[in-house]
Amino acid sequence: MKTIRLIIVAVGGQGNLLASKILGEASLLAGVPVRMSEIHGMAQRGGVVESAILFGDAKSTIISEGESDVLLGFEPSETLRALNKCNSGTVVITNLSPIPPFTAAIGKGNYPDLAKLQNLIRAKVARLIAFDAFSLAKQAGDIMALNMVLLGSLLQTGILPLSADHVKEAIRTKTKKAYIETNIKAFDLGFSAAKALS
Amino acid sequence: MHKLLINNSGEKLLLLGNEAIARGAVEAGVAFATTYPGTPSSEIATNFFQISQESDLYFEYSVNEKVALELAAAAANCGLRSICVMKHVGLNVAADALLTLAYIGVKGGLVIVTADDPYMFSSQNEQDNRYYGKISGLPILEPSSVEEAKNMVIDAFELSEKLEEPVIFRTTTRLNHSTSVVNLKPFVSHTTRGDFKKDPFQYVPVPAVARNLHARLLERIEKAEKISETSPYNFIIGDGSLGIICNGVSYNYVYDAVQDLKLEGLAKILRIGFSNPMPRALIKNFLKGCEKVLVVEEGEAYMEEAIKAFAQEEGLTFSIKGKEENLFSRLYEFNPRLVRQCIAKYFNLNHTPVEIPDLSDIPEIPQRPPNLCPGCSHRATFYAVKKAAEGMTTICPTDIGCYTLGFLPPLSMGDFLLCMGSSIGTSCGFSKVTDKKVIAFIGDSTFFHSGIPGLVNAFFNQHNFTLIILDNGITAMTGHQPNPGVDMKALNLEGYQRVSIENIVKAIGISHVGVIRPFNIKKSINTIKEALDFKGVSVVISKELCALYAKSLKKPSRKPFFVSEKCKNHRECINNLGCPAFFIEDNRVKINQDMCVGCAVCAQICPENAIIPVKD
Repeated sequence: MKTIRLIIVAVGGQGNLLASKILGEASLLAGVPVRMSEIHGMAQRGGVVESAILFGDAKSTIISEGESDVLLGFEPSETLRALNKCNSGTVVITNLSPIPPFTAAIGKGNYPDLAKLQNLIRAKVARLIAFDAFSLAKQAGDIMALNMVLLGSLLQTGILPLSADHVKEAIRTKTKKAYIETNIKAFDLGFSAAKALS
Repeated sequence: MHKLLINNSGEKLLLLGNEAIARGAVEAGVAFATTYPGTPSSEIATNFFQISQESDLYFEYSVNEKVALELAAAAANCGLRSICVMKHVGLNVAADALLTLAYIGVKGGLVIVTADDPYMFSSQNEQDNRYYGKISGLPILEPSSVEEAKNMVIDAFELSEKLEEPVIFRTTTRLNHSTSVVNLKPFVSHTTRGDFKKDPFQYVPVPAVARNLHARLLERIEKAEKISETSPYNFIIGDGSLGIICNGVSYNYVYDAVQDLKLEGLAKILRIGFSNPMPRALIKNFLKGCEKVLVVEEGEAYMEEAIKAFAQEEGLTFSIKGKEENLFSRLYEFNPRLVRQCIAKYFNLNHTPVEIPDLSDIPEIPQRPPNLCPGCSHRATFYAVKKAAEGMTTICPTDIGCYTLGFLPPLSMGDFLLCMGSSIGTSCGFSKVTDKKVIAFIGDSTFFHSGIPGLVNAFFNQHNFTLIILDNGITAMTGHQPNPGVDMKALNLEGYQRVSIENIVKAIGISHVGVIRPFNIKKSINTIKEALDFKGVSVVISKELCALYAKSLKKPSRKPFFVSEKCKNHRECINNLGCPAFFIEDNRVKINQDMCVGCAVCAQICPENAIIPVKD
């Protein structure tokens, strides 16, 4: 089975680890071999959280520079920072709602201009899907469902060897009962958003 | 029921490496587990803690790794299958017990998990703990994958019982924090009560006894080497004259590279999973069919040195390389691309790596360094100490915990750090040989772990410094584990006492002891000033719950603050505190209401009293 390499970058607290877990559980349901790794470390203290997920027969659990097939960014400046993980064939999906790093928030360093950021990414990879996932999460009923919106858009690309149904099944069985409905709604909104951009 | 307690054979679960290790121990019938928490090992113990709440497993967070190992050594010598979990530097703390425990041995299986941290994702060094196998004479097992880790823990218990020695189970961060699918096996039945039969000539290593025990250890090492020779964890795959010897997660990168570079039929791989003692005969046989050998191991040239020695014994003169300027480094962790490129280079293969896009036109992206949380009590304490010490030339030894981050601007409190507890011992030295004011910082858990002996030393030898104990009521950095100062009733946990830091400090004989509530800035500064002016050892205990922990306990929340019209843009708040809840908009300081927890520290230092609580 051809290996598909996915990197997810986010800021601590955005729900990246749950998103990775859902993809892992969906792979288990679908019978797709999967291996993942994540850097926890000091994430709780506002740092960057990075997950690597490899679908297919590879034994490695990490993804080197230039070797991701898909980059999913939960925060635009972090997506830009992770461009070294991409190559000219990579598909990049990013949320466009920023969480400025503290250093930029206090006026030390400039947060990149969002229009310029998209042009820079678009010029270097195969395809960029960029939208405000935060608003869609709000629309779904909970800003914490941002991760589900982004999962929806990721599945729409059809790059992963998983179906949207497998992922929805994992959402139903592995997220908290009270949030299932919101999570599925968020997933569908993300799916439609990516479709509209294709 | 805890997911790791599902006693179903054949079921598949998606598990984190650390969960798989805990599951392996459960399947092996572990009865006794101890730890001192430390990344990347912490989740193993978190799972044991949860499992112990609903099974007959005994688990404890011990005060430090040495005590944790001593407990496990006793339990194992009463016949219980025991496990002791720690991060790599924790084994330094436990090393005194470890090296003689190797002489004493065990009855029930004892597995010591040590989690190394190549690249130092969350550690102060990247020492290679395989050398503990050499210095202690104990066997080492090293898994390459999450699934293998689970099964290897079970075999580690069996190996320990066969050799009557503890087994060191060595992982690296990438294994601990990787996730994959694991097949469950049924549990082995186990005993939870043990018995100890007196035999001082086996168990009390006075010199005459120890001389016999060392000889016995050497016999056991020889026996271990025989097992290593035929261990399924040392295996060869593939065939060819290009040899690659690897261990741990490097095996995964090598395996993938051999596929990517289409080396089937050209290269063979020897994966070493039983790495002390090294399988001498197996390696010699592997070498004999090779033209050239590459050793792929993170960390030190541990295997490479042994392999070169074996080659020398056989008179083999072909090239064996690993750690070289143009090949692998002793620094940091490896990755698939690096390993693929080194294999291609060393074996002169045609390989064009995937091109990384030219990123020279990417603007500088502001960094996102880890920061103390909004409402973190450490920030308030650091600020108060800084104010109290204004005009003094200071040296501020710090210690290990969230508060280490206080060394960053704008707080800039933290000048020297070695290891757990070092703030106090080094303060003794700094104050003895300089005329500067020495102010040490240590957290509650670190104080219990290894700060107390330093403080006893400081008082006895009449040193001269101020110790600030940052008591936030929990072991925060590693994910809110208990320590002896924690109020366990708040966690609804029965069967614990609580140790008072203040009583300990006073019992040592230290007369100048202040206690502050750091969110009361003015009072705190005054108390700290008095302590700084005291000649001799003075202590200030700063008591305020970790903000994240307080939130998890559902403590009543305080109202968030905002910056009112009265603000004259002095920016005392943002420039001195650096709380992440601040941001600047239209050249004015604002407070993110979702992040502010209402500690009111900024409100107290604003010269215009412009920062006020949000009204309902």
